[in-house]
Amino acid sequence: MRLSFKIPILLGAVASLSACQYDVLAPSGWVAAEQRDLLVISTLLMLIVIIPVIFMAIWFPLRYRADRPDQSDYAPEWSHSTKLEYVLWGVPIIIVAILGVYTYIYTHRLDPYRPLDAAEIGTEIGEPIEVDVVSLDWKWLFIYPEQGVASVNELAVPANRPINLRLTSSTVMTTFSVPALGGMIYTMAGMETKLHLIADEEGTYFGQAAHYSGPGFSEMHFDTLAMSDADFDQWVEKARASNDELSREAYLDLEVPSMANEVQYYSGVDENLFDRIRGLCVDEGKVCMDQMMMQDEMGGGGLDGIANKHMYQYDDQRAIDGFGNLIGEPATPSAPAHGGHADGETLSMNTHEGAAHDGN
Amino acid sequence: MTMLDTPLTGRVEGPNGPDHHPDHHHASPTPIGFWIYLMSDCIIFASLFAAYAVLGNNFAGGPGPKDLFEPGFVLAETALLLISSVTFGVAMLKADKHDMDATTLWLVITGLFGAGFIGMELYEFNHLIHIGAGPDRSGFLSAFFLLVGTHGLHVTFGLVWLCVMIAQIRMKGMIPANMQRLATLSMFWHFLDLVWIGVFSFVYLVRLI
Amino acid sequence: MATEAHVQAPETWSPLFGRLTLDWIPYHEPILVGTFSAIVLGGIAALILMTYFKLWGPLWRDWLTSVDHKKIGIMYMVLGFVMFIRGFADALMMRAQQAMAAGGAEGYLPPHHYDQVFTAHGVIMIFFVAMAFITGIMNFVMPTQIGARDVAFPFLNNFSFWMTVAGALLVNISLFIGEFARVGWLAFPPLSGSAFSHGPGVDYYLWALQIAGVGTTLSGVNLLATIFKMRAKGMKLFDMPVFTWTTLCTNVLIVAAFPVLTATLTMLTLDRYLDFHFFTNDLGGNAMMYVNLIWIWGHPEVYILILPIFGVFSEIVQTFSGKPLFGYKTMVWATACIMVLSFIVWLHHFFTMGSGANVNTFFGITTMIIAVPTGVKVFNWLFTMYKGRVQFEVPMLWTTGFIVTFAIGGMTGVLLAVPPVDFQLHNTLFLIAHFHNVIIGGVVFGVYAAVTFWWPKAFGFKLDDKWGRRTFWFWCVGFYFAFMPLYALGLMGVTRRLQSYMDQAWQIYFIIAAFGAVLIACGIACGFINFAVSILRRKELAVGNDPWNARTLDWATQSPPANYNFPQDVVVSGRDAFWKMKQDGFKWSTNYSDIHMPNNTATGIIVAAMALVFGFAMIWYIWWLAAITFIGMIATVIAHTFNYNQDHWIPAAKVAETEAKGEVA
Repeated sequence: MRLSFKIPILLGAVASLSACQYDVLAPSGWVAAEQRDLLVISTLLMLIVIIPVIFMAIWFPLRYRADRPDQSDYAPEWSHSTKLEYVLWGVPIIIVAILGVYTYIYTHRLDPYRPLDAAEIGTEIGEPIEVDVVSLDWKWLFIYPEQGVASVNELAVPANRPINLRLTSSTVMTTFSVPALGGMIYTMAGMETKLHLIADEEGTYFGQAAHYSGPGFSEMHFDTLAMSDADFDQWVEKARASNDELSREAYLDLEVPSMANEVQYYSGVDENLFDRIRGLCVDEGKVCMDQMMMQDEMGGGGLDGIANKHMYQYDDQRAIDGFGNLIGEPATPSAPAHGGHADGETLSMNTHEGAAHDGN
Repeated sequence: MTMLDTPLTGRVEGPNGPDHHPDHHHASPTPIGFWIYLMSDCIIFASLFAAYAVLGNNFAGGPGPKDLFEPGFVLAETALLLISSVTFGVAMLKADKHDMDATTLWLVITGLFGAGFIGMELYEFNHLIHIGAGPDRSGFLSAFFLLVGTHGLHVTFGLVWLCVMIAQIRMKGMIPANMQRLATLSMFWHFLDLVWIGVFSFVYLVRLI
Repeated sequence: MATEAHVQAPETWSPLFGRLTLDWIPYHEPILVGTFSAIVLGGIAALILMTYFKLWGPLWRDWLTSVDHKKIGIMYMVLGFVMFIRGFADALMMRAQQAMAAGGAEGYLPPHHYDQVFTAHGVIMIFFVAMAFITGIMNFVMPTQIGARDVAFPFLNNFSFWMTVAGALLVNISLFIGEFARVGWLAFPPLSGSAFSHGPGVDYYLWALQIAGVGTTLSGVNLLATIFKMRAKGMKLFDMPVFTWTTLCTNVLIVAAFPVLTATLTMLTLDRYLDFHFFTNDLGGNAMMYVNLIWIWGHPEVYILILPIFGVFSEIVQTFSGKPLFGYKTMVWATACIMVLSFIVWLHHFFTMGSGANVNTFFGITTMIIAVPTGVKVFNWLFTMYKGRVQFEVPMLWTTGFIVTFAIGGMTGVLLAVPPVDFQLHNTLFLIAHFHNVIIGGVVFGVYAAVTFWWPKAFGFKLDDKWGRRTFWFWCVGFYFAFMPLYALGLMGVTRRLQSYMDQAWQIYFIIAAFGAVLIACGIACGFINFAVSILRRKELAVGNDPWNARTLDWATQSPPANYNFPQDVVVSGRDAFWKMKQDGFKWSTNYSDIHMPNNTATGIIVAAMALVFGFAMIWYIWWLAAITFIGMIATVIAHTFNYNQDHWIPAAKVAETEAKGEVA
């Protein structure tokens, strides 16, 4: 849906605004540009009604004020006109209908779950890059499964290559947002959301958590570095040179609430770590969400499952006080009330049942 | 509502003296007011049913309906409540004849059945909590306890109202104000019966088949 | 970061005081100590004055225990304005903080405090300001518009009011004992769950809203029954004034939506208190269910606020244009459309939660469809002015400001309803600007218009014109200064609820917004000065019973109306009943008869006071006190039902006397 009339208008608007990093109006990625186009189209469509309304709202009371000299047009009983009412209902309905069509087309085209399509974008784009995103209290973790590295509070991507994001959260909800590249998506613990973006040009773009998530929320932002393929490879090498590896233990350390974190790199990432984070089972001795759901599908754990509650607990260990300090109790398996200890019948991914990790 | 408030009947036709109360049957907003209240209560239950529908399979590796619910027990519970609705109906018939003693008797019988229902429900809850299948065990059990418990609270409130009603009938007789209150309580009681039929089918029956 | 030094005191519990300890009294916070001192001094001054002028008796007899819908309406307005001061103080604090905290500066509010401020601002403005205002207006105006003597259940009305007050008090108590929630006004879990919001803050939120919610729901039931059963003889549904129609639709929404809120908050309460797992991450909870449920209430809620205001503007436009409302039936159907549609749009509040494209499209389009009846309403007001005689009284000024402002807010609202656009603007300051655009431009402007319009009916004298105009211009200009920069920031992608930010280029916008807030503060001040000046000059400003040459029955009473409203039964045929009565040269007959009226009662205020203590006890885990007050509430209500003499008769002679006085005025 290329509109020829939008270009001059936009150029004018962008030129006057670009000094102020209006990321939404002057974006740097195809997705955001499409979203901006729709914003402009919708605004123009609505101005067809809004401008006359504002004009009439000021003109009518002045024109028909009570102390006007010529009051011969005063119609004290006029309160109905079928023709006029057809127009009053008709015009907004037509506009909403047109807007509805645009909405249908764009909503499907820009569905955040849909991988980007080179044909639609119209320019040469490279192979997609996979990034797994975890929102932690209160920092962002970016895992690069293909490169086997990870970073905190810095998202590096090659420009002109689609970015396929899988997202989850370690505790509360928040939203992943890089306005210059395109729309946001929620991150939620125990769940996975997806987002597909692309950076058209190299550059540094502002990224943030866009849903309030607790005391460290304001400082939960990150730079998105869009770079050339060569620079990206260098960035990966830099990460690989880090002394830290993102093992399960290292992740649990990272997960402890903290604010205003420095950028940090990990040279290696534990296999399946993202799946475990999403499954709430990085701790030893926990049942992963997908397994729990499979088990529940088959009718649950029965009466014997009552005693296994501790294998499914997650939040209590991560409890915080009002200032963001961890106060969660280490998850020691609570003494089973009835039915004996749940040894042996382990559904969790780990092979041995030990004392559960205390989350620190 | 009718318990709380003598409704204002609005217009007063003609020169009525202070002793002459206006005709409550004709203009009283109480039935429609109470009906609207019941509709809003219905929406509370609808929300709880929705929560049960969403969480009903989230056992978190714990027990499910087939492990916990006893069909016979629930059937008996249901029978008690349904019978109490019938006995309330009989009480209303007696009340229409202004037979105070018979009305009282049937209200007492209704109350006993209602109390039996509550007793069974408390027994069930206590049993579940005792074996560790309390509302803290899983999303399913949370939704179950809240939905069934909210109904139980309503019945308990109905029982308190029933006791108050009996006292008021004994004190004041079958006066129009009491007749109106009785009719409203009857609406409430039958409403709870209806809700229970939903609970019985949706929470217990379909989950056991 | 400043948080290192701050650690919450470990939680203890004692049988007597629950978890309440001295640590929870914020005597080290200068802002709070200052506020507290001011309130205490003001309170003492009020106590002394009240005692000196011997006002306690009249206050108790004529107001606090009153079941008169007009007095309850006025008390709702007082509650609304008092809470408005509190809510607006929060707004000023936020604007100041954001104007300061740029580029590494921390401002003067640490997150722990700032996060409470924005939560309290939202909760107070919606539940205790906007809701109080619209309930007050509906209470004051609607029964007289349909020719009734009072609402259907007068005692219940009093009780509803006091429950709302109890909720408001709980929110304010949280200022000085403990803390308020730091979760945003809708308290999304898991953040609001027990693990991530440990202290009593969220519990204050929950109990305040639950207690006030009881009042709101019962008030909805009450007003609906009133409209259905108490209309004057001959008044068909399509003869009702438009304000009464919007009241009807609003209360249908209240009765249908608030139970969902009650159920949802109950679930969150159980999660927090008894370790249930409705919305936790683990053990089979589902936080997205909360988001859905709360918005199934939350979206109708905004229409609950705006619909009565549409009614207010309809009454004002037709009165000051000297014409009947253009397209009455269209207006009614548009209102009914909005009422129904408002229940099928809730998902547009979280397009970005990952629903599929089809679901998003559906909810996007249903949302846009609401713009159609809303647009029709705006046109109807405009064409009511067309070929009329428009008098530029202050209410009309607010109306013009409303139409212009609301049109802009409506447009940005439709933008947010387009899912791909919302992907960019969701949760940004663009959204904040949008809803303040419709809530201030709609509800707040509407409330000021309504207060100016019905003030002479309530008190027998007009508000001062000059101060009224000043109020309007400060508010109107202030609004644009305060919120247009937020639109701009939203288009830069700046998110809401930031306690501080790095990018100094944003700061100038926040400073302009803060300046706008100061202008609004001047507007609010002018409004209060207006009340004071007008009360002092009430002799000069005194007017008759129908100062605006109005069209509806509410103006057929005396000013202020006698407690029975109408000396005789009104018989109505057709719309604009009072207009017709005036044209027919209608006079009340002097052949009065006795009038049946409800008695005042203290039960409402007593039960609500116990509910307040109950809520406080539950928040602080003081179980013995909670048990006592809970039983006390039930016992009081039961005792109340044993009182069969809840009404009285006003003798005809008394009516004649009152009416004679009204003639003179």
